[in-house]
Amino acid sequence: MATKPRTLYEKIWDDHVVDRRSDGTCIVYIDRHLVHEVTSPQAFEGLRREGRKVRRPDLTLAVPDHNLPTTPRLDAAGNRLPIADQQSAQQLAALEANVSAFGVPYIEATAKQQGIVHVVGPEQGFSLPGTTIVCGDSHTASHGGLGALAFGIGTSEVEHVLATQTLQLAPSRTMEVRVEGTLGFGVSAKDVVLAVIGKIGAAGGTGYVIEFTGSVIRDLSVEGRLTVSNMAIEGGARSGLIAPDETTFAYLKGRPMAPRGPDWDAAVAYWRTLPTDAGASYDKTVVLDAADIGPNVTWGTSPEDVVAITGVVPDPASFADPGKREAAAKSLAYMGLIPGMRMEDVAIENIFIGSCTNSRIEDLRAAAAVLKGRHKAENVKWAIVVPGSGLVKVQAEAEGLDRIFIDSGLEWREPGCSACLGMNPDKVPSGERCASTSNRNFVGRQGPGARTHLLSPAMAAAAAVTGRLTDVRTLMG
Amino acid sequence: MNPVTIIEGCAYPFGRKNVDTDVIIPAEWLKTTTRAGLGKGAFEVVRNEPGNVFDDPKFADAPVLIAGDNFGCGSSREHAAWALDDMGVKAVIAPSFSDIFSGNAYKNGILTVVLPQAAIDRLMEVAGRGDPIHINLEHQSVTTRFQDRFSFKIDPFRKSCLINGTDEIGLTLASATAIGNYEARTATVRPWLKPEIAA
Ligand code: SF4
Repeated sequence: MATKPRTLYEKIWDDHVVDRRSDGTCIVYIDRHLVHEVTSPQAFEGLRREGRKVRRPDLTLAVPDHNLPTTPRLDAAGNRLPIADQQSAQQLAALEANVSAFGVPYIEATAKQQGIVHVVGPEQGFSLPGTTIVCGDSHTASHGGLGALAFGIGTSEVEHVLATQTLQLAPSRTMEVRVEGTLGFGVSAKDVVLAVIGKIGAAGGTGYVIEFTGSVIRDLSVEGRLTVSNMAIEGGARSGLIAPDETTFAYLKGRPMAPRGPDWDAAVAYWRTLPTDAGASYDKTVVLDAADIGPNVTWGTSPEDVVAITGVVPDPASFADPGKREAAAKSLAYMGLIPGMRMEDVAIENIFIGSCTNSRIEDLRAAAAVLKGRHKAENVKWAIVVPGSGLVKVQAEAEGLDRIFIDSGLEWREPGCSACLGMNPDKVPSGERCASTSNRNFVGRQGPGARTHLLSPAMAAAAAVTGRLTDVRTLMG
Repeated sequence: MNPVTIIEGCAYPFGRKNVDTDVIIPAEWLKTTTRAGLGKGAFEVVRNEPGNVFDDPKFADAPVLIAGDNFGCGSSREHAAWALDDMGVKAVIAPSFSDIFSGNAYKNGILTVVLPQAAIDRLMEVAGRGDPIHINLEHQSVTTRFQDRFSFKIDPFRKSCLINGTDEIGLTLASATAIGNYEARTATVRPWLKPEIAA
């Protein structure tokens, strides 16, 4: 097995095959299972119905995030405030009942470790390089930024993992996405991944596992890598891996659930064997040059609808593919945009800085750096900053970032998924536009009729200041 | 899971590309703790469009849905499959599907049939007139009353699970010994995999 050069993906895959059927499908072991309130109730219900147990509660971690309101959770006396929405309250109650009945480790809604499941996993050191990680959420791809094979699963699979700690899977094809060069001033990890999706398309990675390589990726912090891997799914790939290196190890060392002492040394020794071997081949390779990547925004209702902030709204007629032409025309009608209009002329009424893509401390620092000493524009009606976890919130407050946001007229919220998806009270009003650091600009994603422009935290902050989509570089030092 | 062999009836000639799971079932509907009843929320946004195929009595209760490329992209919500099931859709025919969606569909006994765009165009025509479409899983074929015949590929394991209505968890649990052996082996070679408990 060691004779043939292998990719990072192949190494992780090989070490997790429990059993292989003649048709190539494998029973694959799952090292880490993250659970949240929205996609798990029916899975626990299935276990109950069949009288099954959770095989490895110790490899499972549950945390509520999707539909918790981001308003204060405790009253002045420290008592938990009720959730107004009955169904959301029921879903949270169901999660609490399930974790206690099945003995699953749980981070409570009011704990300071609570946060978006994909922020919490790496932050707690629960997510580790070389592991297989699943969660009933497509942005599980995020954890690939640590060098884990991480992917989203549906509820039946959640039940399958709870019962067996494995999944039945067929191996994927591999795609290398290499980004070489050095990122320009004002350009971030988010701009890189938007550029990638713009290039390969929303279905470009279907059937593939992506490995992001090249000097740009190596130079990113772990937080930036998590942002890139997070959006692999928006390019159609279930997973987006980045080889673990010294940056990764430094990030993980000392995290509460990460290995310690001799275990740490053994883990690092193993992790060092994981990067793709020289001579290993991918089924497909796509190369991007950092020199071609500037601050990006989306204009349409698919994450592949990417354009440079200095560009214009495209003309649907400019697309060769008739399907894409029709989709573009539909998108523009929904988005209320006219072909040829400058992206910088698009006025914005709502700002959302948050989501598992961009709610870590570095994201908040980048946004605060732009907002410092400035105020949001008059036409910006609603602007919220939602930290990815309670620990991010504590850190941001220790650095005084909350003051910067509040002084510039933005709201500072409790951690959760918030306006990333329209299932909790944070919604963008119909027909209004939102500059959002989240990952999906689908029709209705941020609420019925909401118009989403995806961009980086610094770009969202710039839009808050001017009240329109803005090239952040014009506001920087 | 109910066994699947033959699916026959009229089809929704939907045809759209990149239909994401937010379109199939909007987030607002995900607050449920059961699987049933999601059909009411299926394609809510599309149903607001006048003349949409889902409210056209010609296609009422169609067991087949015809769509464009990349059907089921986006969120991993299995609610999308439950919503289709609840509205009576037993098969979706499209040029391509998102990986997660096709897995979810299959686990709920919904067949995803991949056919080239030319075949989709023809089936859209047939379905648009309200004529029935016949899918035979055993023979891996889609046929119409007009001599059309398109063959499709399907993973043999998935096929047999669908035909037999196999419970995948039960099947995996039959390999419990192999799983136990794997765990024992990993505990010695990668002991650090067991999470430390928070300090
Ligand atoms: S922040 Fe958005 S994308 Fe991330 S887990 Fe929450 S809902 Fe999903």
